Parts: sequence; structure tokens; C-alpha cells
Amino acid sequence: MAEGLLTSNLRENNGPGADEPVVAFDNVSIIFDVKPVLNNISFVVQPGETRIILGPAGGGKSVLLKLVDGLLRPDSGSIHVFGEDITTMSERDIFRLRARIGMVFQESALFDSLSVEDNVAYRLYEEGVPPEEAHQRVLEALRFVELEQAISKFPPELSGGMRRRVSIARAIISKPDLILYDSPTGGLDPITSTTIIELVLKQRDVSHTTSLLITHRLQDAFALAMNHFDTATGRMKPNPNGELDQTTKFLVLNEGQVVFDGTTLELVHSKDPWLRDYLS
Amino acid sequence: MPFLSPEDFAKQKVAAIQEYAILSWRAIANIFSAPRYWADIYTQMDSIGVGSMPIVLLTGFFTGGVLALQSATALKAFGAVSMTGNLVSLSMVKELGPVLTGLMVSGRNASGMASELGSMKVTEQIDAMRALGTDPVRKLVTPRLYATVFMLFFLTIVADAVGTAGGALVSVAMLNLNPSSYFHSSIRALEYPDVVQGLTKPFFSGFIIASVGCFFGMTTKGGTQGVGRSTTQAVVVSSVFIIIVDFLVSRLMIGIFGR
Repeated sequence: MAEGLLTSNLRENNGPGADEPVVAFDNVSIIFDVKPVLNNISFVVQPGETRIILGPAGGGKSVLLKLVDGLLRPDSGSIHVFGEDITTMSERDIFRLRARIGMVFQESALFDSLSVEDNVAYRLYEEGVPPEEAHQRVLEALRFVELEQAISKFPPELSGGMRRRVSIARAIISKPDLILYDSPTGGLDPITSTTIIELVLKQRDVSHTTSLLITHRLQDAFALAMNHFDTATGRMKPNPNGELDQTTKFLVLNEGQVVFDGTTLELVHSKDPWLRDYLS
Repeated sequence: MPFLSPEDFAKQKVAAIQEYAILSWRAIANIFSAPRYWADIYTQMDSIGVGSMPIVLLTGFFTGGVLALQSATALKAFGAVSMTGNLVSLSMVKELGPVLTGLMVSGRNASGMASELGSMKVTEQIDAMRALGTDPVRKLVTPRLYATVFMLFFLTIVADAVGTAGGALVSVAMLNLNPSSYFHSSIRALEYPDVVQGLTKPFFSGFIIASVGCFFGMTTKGGTQGVGRSTTQAVVVSSVFIIIVDFLVSRLMIGIFGR
């Protein structure tokens, strides 16, 4: 059962106080052709929160993430990101807003014709950062994902896990206030998945960046809720006394609708039959 | 593939035309505001212009040659073989140079644009570009559009020149014509309106090649199969458009200049 995914002696610690939400969905719906993909979705993500999005494939999770980044526009409802209503913003204004958002795509979406360095530095070059400074920041970002040695390689020369790590480096290089992870562990072996989750955890605990993360692997989701990044060892470690990270919350989607929105404890203690079935 | 009602089919086509018009307008207008991607424009000029040079040289040269061969046979009946240069240069400059260059560049570059942008679309690289704060139309479409229009103009001049040279080689080597007489009649045949007509067409063809190639690339759906479909459609549509627009421009020019 879902409770089994957590260790005993669960105890919630206190999270940061809630300010203005970083992301707020209000009755958002989007239809592709004639099929509703998201139907009246409402939720908020507070600053510093890590929101894990779970749900069966085809439930609209990736579409939801693209809506947050303004890559898609909803058919109805409103989406506020950093307090700005992006549903009424022009594409030019959304480009400005995206400077504060980093996104890791499902299949990495690295530019095939550019080297790892140029991929990671892409945003810096667009912002006109001098090449020497950009190079230093690329090294810093690649060091964060432990991939410094791959700086001159091209994406086709990298493994799936390495591509995902480069994608994370590209997303964090501009020190964004919000990071969107679209299935960062999708299609990876368990060991590589753990490495990626460790990086997500590191980013959360070191930079305290607000993030939304889609995953199909429950163990990844609960790893985020039950572990912290130990800066001394540079590795992921379980929270003392089985404490749950209060900044990590869950949103479960099924067939375009929110089935669950709440904390880890509320999720594992949910009585909803579909949810219990899904988590088991 | 589901069967579409005539109404849905018509709606789809109108929506596609609207999307094409918006994309083309944005691609044109982007050059008038920052940021401008000059490095990408020069890269595309090299890829489209210099890269297409071998096929344009070969096509132009042999078209001029075959034109001389064929026209000499017909002109012989009237005892006017010396007019071969006249016919070759007029045909090359007004019609065959611009159209064949357009078609060859379309086959090479409209397909290249559609497949490159289509692959980027299906692998979410276009979305990634937007997520990183770059307008993909500004970065990918505008440089291709301006580079194609600019380079096709010069490629057409090259095709006209080598076509006339090809006709000269055939006329001198196979038809035993005097080279001086051939070139004299070639140049004498051309008037200002002929040159204007021949050099106006590449602007339209270049626009068609780049806008159609990029449109099909940017609207690719359905994975690798979709990329293949977009590539084929880009070449077919741009080739047909080039020929239709060639007719319309010819008619317009004849209306304006009277020849």
C-alpha cells in the first residue's frame, strides 16, 4: 500500500510561510481537436514548493507544464505565473517572463547541432553575456550536474542520462525562480534515475527554487519527499526520523482532472479508491 | 486516417492558409526590429546560395545546351540557324533561368528546411527554443527567408550566364556557328524589360521556397513519418507555386512592358 512507501514514525516539519503563489491555475481547460485534455484545473504552487505531478500517461501532465511556461494557451480559465496573468499576455511579454523559468523537457530537447557548451550557454548568448563569463557559468552549471568533461561533446554522443543532466544544466544556468521538470527520469534505468532525482533534490535544497516535476515513478516522488541533499557528502540522504519534506506536495491528474492536491501525508492516507489503486 | 466532412476539410485548409500568412508576415516583419540574427542569415546564405551553386551551374549549362540543339533544328527549316543565340538568351533570361533555378533550389532547400525544422519540431527543440526566450520564427524562419530571396537572385544570374554559355558551346562545337555572331545575337536580343522580368521572378520564387519550406517544417506533426510527409509536401507545394507565380508575373510584366 501507499503507506508502505514511507518509513514509520512520519512527522511533518514546518515549511516556509506562504506568500503570493508562484503558479496559480484557475478553472483552466484546454481542448485538442474535440478532446478535452485538461478540464477545469485549479491549483496553486507556493514559493519554494516542489510540486510533484503524478498520473497515468495521457492525463494531460505535460500539457499542464507547457501551459505554465506559456508554450500553450488554455481555451478557458486563467493562469497566473509570478502574479502575472499569462493567458492575456503577448508572446513578447511571455518571453520576458520565461527568463525566470527553466524547463527540462521529456526527451531533453537539446539542440542537436550545438555542442554541450553552446546548448547550456544558449540563454546566456541570447542575453548578450560576454563569452568568457558565459564559459565560466557553463562550467559551473556542468559541475553542478557532474558533467564537466562533456563540455565539448555533441548531444548525439551522449547517453540518455547525460542528455537529461545537460538539460538540467541548461535550465538552471540562469538561476531561474521556477523550474519545470517534464518526466526527467522517463525512459532511464533506475540507477540513472536516482542520479537525476538527486540533482533535482540538490537544486531544491541548495537553491530553494520552486519547481513542478512530472514523474511516473512513485519511488522518485517519494524519494523527493523523504530525502534531503547532504552538502557535506554531496549525496542524497534520508530525512532524520523519517520526516517528510513539507515543501514537497503532490498533484494527481487523471483524464484531465485533478484527483488529488495536497501533502505527502494526505496522499498516502487518502481514502479515494482510484488513488489507492494507483498508488499501490 | 479518419474521414473528414467537407466542412471540416474546408476549415482546415482556411486555417492552414491563415497560419501560413501569419508566419510569412512575421518572418518578413522581424527584420525591422531587434534582435536580428545576422550570423544565421550569413550561414543560410552560404548553405542555400553557395551550396546550391553546383546544381544551378549544371542545370543552367545543359538547359542552354539542349535549348540550342532543339531550337537549331526548328530554325533550320526557316534558314535562321544564326538566330539560335537570340532564342537561347531570351528563353534563358526571361523564363528558363528563373524557373529552373527556382525549381532546383526548391528541391534542394525547401525540402531541407522542412526536414530540419520538422525534426526540431517533433523533438521539442522548437518548444525548447521558446522556453529559452527565443522567438523561433525570428531565429529560424527570418534568416532562411531573407537568405533565400537574396541568394536566388544571384543564382538566377549565374544560371542565365552559364545557360547562354552552354548554348554557345553547342552552337559552336556542334552546329558550327560563329561564336562572335552567337554572342552578338544573344546580347542584341535582350532588352531592358526582358532582364527586369527575368530578375523579378527570383524574388517571388525565393519567398515561396523559404516560406513554404519553413511553414511545413514548423507545422510538422506525427514523429519521423510526419517529417517525411512535411518534406514531400514542401517540395511539391513550392514547385507548383513557383510555376503558377511565374505565369502570373510573366503576364503582369508583359502587361506593363508590352513584351
